[in-house]
Amino acid sequence: MKLYCLSGHPTLPCNVLKFKSTTIMLDCGLDTTSALYFLPLPLVHSSRLSKLPGWASKDGTVNLEKELKECAGRVFVDSQPEFCLPERELLDLSTVDVILISNYHCMMALPYITEHTGFSGTVYATEPTFQIGRLLMEELVTFMERVPKAQSATCWKNKEIQRMLPGPLKDAVDVWSWKRCYSMQEVNSALSKVQLVGYSQKVELFGAVQVTPLSSGYSLGSSNWIIQSHYEKVSYVSGSSLLTTHPQPMDQSSLKNSDVLILTGLTQIPTANPDGMLGEFCSNLAMTIRAGGNVLVPCYSSGVIYDLLECLYQFMDSANLGTTPFYFISPVANSSLEFSQIFAEWLCQNKQSKVYLPEPPFPHAELIQTNKLKHYPSIHGEFSSEFRQPCVVFTGHPSLRFGDVVHFMELWGKSSLNTIIFTEPDFSYLDALAPYQPLAMKCVYCPIDTRLNFHQVSKLLKEVQPLHVVCPEQYTQPPPAQSHRSDLMLELQPPPMAYRRCSVLGLPFRRRYERIQLQPELAKALVPSEIKPGISVATVSAVLQSKDNKHVLQPVPKPTPVPPSKKRKRLMEEVPELLSPKPLLSGSIPLDAFLASLHKSGITEVKVEETADGHILHLQAEDALIQLEEDATHIVCDNNEPLRTALRDLVLRFLQKL
Amino acid sequence: MPDIKVTPLGAGQDVGRSCILVSVGGKNIMLDCGMHMGYNDDRRFPDFSYITQNGRLTDFLDCVIISHFHLDHCGALPYMSEMVGYDGPIYMTHPTKAICPILLEDFRKITVDKKGETNFFTSQMIKDCMKKVVPLNLHQTVQVDDELEIKAYYAGHVLGAAMVLIKVGSESVVYTGDYNMTPDRHLGAAWIDKCRPDILISESTYATTIRDSKRCRERDFLKKVHETIERGGKVLIPVFALGRAQELCILLETFWYRMNLKAPIYFSTGLTEKANHYYKLFITWTNQKIRKTFVQRNMFEFKHIKAFDRSYADNPGPMVVFATPGMLHAGQSLQIFKKWAGNEKNMVIMPGYCVQGTVGHKILNGQKKLEMEGRATLEVKLQVEYMSFSAHADAKGIMQLIRMAEPRNMLLVHGEAKKMEFLKDKIEQEFSISCYMPANGETTTVTTNPSVPVDISLNLLKREMALGGPLPDPKKPRTMHGTLIMKDSSLRLVSPEQALKELGLSEHQLRFTCRVHLQDPHSDSDTLSRIYSHLKSVLKGYAVQHLPDGTVMVESIVLKVSSSGEDPNLKVILLSWSYQVNVEVILQKRPLYPSIGVTGVTDRHWRYT
Repeated sequence: MKLYCLSGHPTLPCNVLKFKSTTIMLDCGLDTTSALYFLPLPLVHSSRLSKLPGWASKDGTVNLEKELKECAGRVFVDSQPEFCLPERELLDLSTVDVILISNYHCMMALPYITEHTGFSGTVYATEPTFQIGRLLMEELVTFMERVPKAQSATCWKNKEIQRMLPGPLKDAVDVWSWKRCYSMQEVNSALSKVQLVGYSQKVELFGAVQVTPLSSGYSLGSSNWIIQSHYEKVSYVSGSSLLTTHPQPMDQSSLKNSDVLILTGLTQIPTANPDGMLGEFCSNLAMTIRAGGNVLVPCYSSGVIYDLLECLYQFMDSANLGTTPFYFISPVANSSLEFSQIFAEWLCQNKQSKVYLPEPPFPHAELIQTNKLKHYPSIHGEFSSEFRQPCVVFTGHPSLRFGDVVHFMELWGKSSLNTIIFTEPDFSYLDALAPYQPLAMKCVYCPIDTRLNFHQVSKLLKEVQPLHVVCPEQYTQPPPAQSHRSDLMLELQPPPMAYRRCSVLGLPFRRRYERIQLQPELAKALVPSEIKPGISVATVSAVLQSKDNKHVLQPVPKPTPVPPSKKRKRLMEEVPELLSPKPLLSGSIPLDAFLASLHKSGITEVKVEETADGHILHLQAEDALIQLEEDATHIVCDNNEPLRTALRDLVLRFLQKL
Repeated sequence: MPDIKVTPLGAGQDVGRSCILVSVGGKNIMLDCGMHMGYNDDRRFPDFSYITQNGRLTDFLDCVIISHFHLDHCGALPYMSEMVGYDGPIYMTHPTKAICPILLEDFRKITVDKKGETNFFTSQMIKDCMKKVVPLNLHQTVQVDDELEIKAYYAGHVLGAAMVLIKVGSESVVYTGDYNMTPDRHLGAAWIDKCRPDILISESTYATTIRDSKRCRERDFLKKVHETIERGGKVLIPVFALGRAQELCILLETFWYRMNLKAPIYFSTGLTEKANHYYKLFITWTNQKIRKTFVQRNMFEFKHIKAFDRSYADNPGPMVVFATPGMLHAGQSLQIFKKWAGNEKNMVIMPGYCVQGTVGHKILNGQKKLEMEGRATLEVKLQVEYMSFSAHADAKGIMQLIRMAEPRNMLLVHGEAKKMEFLKDKIEQEFSISCYMPANGETTTVTTNPSVPVDISLNLLKREMALGGPLPDPKKPRTMHGTLIMKDSSLRLVSPEQALKELGLSEHQLRFTCRVHLQDPHSDSDTLSRIYSHLKSVLKGYAVQHLPDGTVMVESIVLKVSSSGEDPNLKVILLSWSYQVNVEVILQKRPLYPSIGVTGVTDRHWRYT
């Protein structure tokens, strides 16, 4: 049992588990933080960006003016943004049998894995994960393809050159493995390999392993996975939440009794309380609107945005800002809002019961109906003529490197009346803002990360008691910025097994047993004998049948009676093969009782001779010897098969057979 | 011998009042709890006194499962849970849980408020009953208790209809509820995996029918509606508020749009709006096409179909009206029918099955004069058309499902006895499995033969599998040998050596030695060498070794040669083996050493001259 770790990002994991004869990939996260090294992709021509000076080293030896631009003291790559993929060299990915997806954020690298590695297996995901994952991929592709960039910068990646670059570019790792975004065709092909599953659905893999998704409480359709055989159980925990937001609550009890628990996707902002952040979000938003400014919320098109809208739905009226328009701009805005309403089964109790009325589970349906929330596929078209200020705009991408958000940064960045509120925890907001500096607009950082924090996870682990925990190495030490906070790390006994990108861990378990079925006819024919109080044994002689990793024991077939005249020779050859092996013997033979039974069967002339280890019995009439020892018996007789058989059976009577 | 018992309390050789009791592995499950449309007395509900004469049912049932929201499958639920008394879990899918209470309330209103019956369940009872409902998701394995698990499959009969797999240990039963094997305009087709249940309990409404293609039926339907409209007649389509209604609405909506027709289409009762809303929220339960396009165009937003008002029935000119209920046994559909029945220009289209005793059933059988309340007779002049749009599997569909699930036994319910008989023969012929069709109150017992799960030590299993070679040889099955240790409730199969070790026992060696006398002039060691080379040549495929300590080993049989003191030519061969060796196997193979006088071995011992 081995675990291959292909991603170093603790919340965007990609691990491969080899368990029994199966190879299972757990998630396939795409690290998009690499986009922060790139220059934003503007939707409309930006003279500011195009006028940025190129970069050349001070001594003039390296000149990359075409590839690298400098903005406010930082150097950016002027090219289509690239993403950091899971490691593809550590093992042959064409051997992966299945990919289990835990939530829609953790499947964004899927097309890179399924399309270009020879992968021929199945991907398992819940329906909301699949549908919303598709929307997020579609959005990403649209963002990229809307503003095609001819240039692809590669010179800076040259090791010799990268060494000379200013930080943080200098320290970027694995830059050669970074890839541009996939195409819609690749997305469709990748998604055609997805098989939908429901919570608590038991999926058999090759008869050897059973995998089951469990509700993880983090997002619509998000799941943790149980990977188990009859005797071993691995839990894979990824992106889970105990907060009551919109998704179905986390199923904790099913994680109990795991041999190994793989723990990923804890909160990225362990010091921020999501409820507090939500309050801050609302008050900053109200303050800006009241002052006549606009609010920009860079966000993903699904997830926390539903909670933000619900929160604002209640808040805006009470704050007397009921007339402020909300705009949600994304190529998939409409789909995301519509899809959120049809997954009642995957929602928390509260929202589920609304559907029984029947009412839409999320209040954003009402916001749309009353025209308070409007959604547009992009800033082009209807939006430009309909939009009023001051307003609140929700749009992506949260990295501020591509998507409609780039336009709003250019549009509103110069005025201190406006505010940008960061709610997504995936990107450092300072890095995200770097290419827009100097900036007059106010910046508020209210990261809302509902995933488990260290306090919650240690409580959870105490409850479910896994034998071993595997986690990214980041969780085994306090965050670098808060090195004194020993409460912001996992402290467990035994200590967790930590991994990093490219680690290969041998998981500490030994398989001892396998499930086998005794056919009823065989079971009925068994003769159990009690060997110790409460323990019985029976000798089993049977034919083993193994098919599709399932094992069955059948009774030994009786040789078909063949007429003795014909084929006698063949019978002679085959039948002995089927003779059942004889059992092992145990116990010892009491001398007196044995003599008595010899006597009973007509053997009366016995001379007993004592030896160091036992006795020797001379059967004088029969000219035979029996040597009796504590745990050995030796019968010596000449050519007298009936005698030998009789003596054997007498001896066996005193022994236990196994 | 463990067995499974199935007793229908309703729907045994009958349609309506579905309620089937199943006992499997010591668990009792009630499948559906419906009412009968054809009766207005006690026979309306299943006879729960079969389960117990006095007191509540909670102690006798482990769970109740409802397959879908039609009243003949859930109509007796509040009566059973609140009036007879049951507090255990009731399982149904989300859409069923949403829609079922509305239909129950509707049913209650008609019975109590309109007909004035007393001693019927109240609104509060419906609410209390629904509180006991646990929602089921498709394919989710729900653990009712430690041993009993259930799993729902898509049935395609109405929104939220499910088939259910019930499993206790290795014994299992599948109950189909009502299902449809062909996808239609708004629902997908039923599907189940090859779960090989001990019993498959299937509905058999259309046991003898093999329906023509759906397209033909639809064309026929549209043609008839169109013709009636053209000649200025009115079309009444009695439907249940949810289910076929939406299917036919989609059909007419697209037809009206395509043909640019102007005649109004109405949908009776206030339920429509609400009903369509359910379809929008549970879009994941509809078919692929609707699910794919719902963001762009929601199929359940109808442009041509408007709400009906009672006064419209007297409007002149053509119109199409969908009215509830579907069997013309009460309510608005019956009222409109009475109004329109006298005019031969009009038409009533019955799109579904009608239970015996209902007006629908009567007119379908060609009855031209109907007795109404107050001794009035109603003459039926309008055209009566029957069109099978109800989403039940036909004979072909039922056979298809059997092929999918591969049951060991088959049990038919929810159909007419005569038709069942026909299908039963067909099933037994085609699949060579037993098929049962118990009547209400009659118990069918099926003996199961479960295999016994045992934990086998991986060492033993791997060793055996390695010995068996990479491919199994059906001609030469290998016998494996192990010791089954039974302790508490665990069964473990290990190798005998491991069993000895685990049980703290030491092995007792049993050996045999046999002396064979032989005349041979050579020296002892030469004799041994000759025996060795001979054995080597005759015992091919066995390990024959000449050891330096002056012995020959054939597998684990030891041979030694010594000469007797008196006669150096008389050699004594000592042959020694342990109890575990199958001497016979080796010795029976070949005659041994004939050249030096041993004539061979027959049966079990050596002969010497």
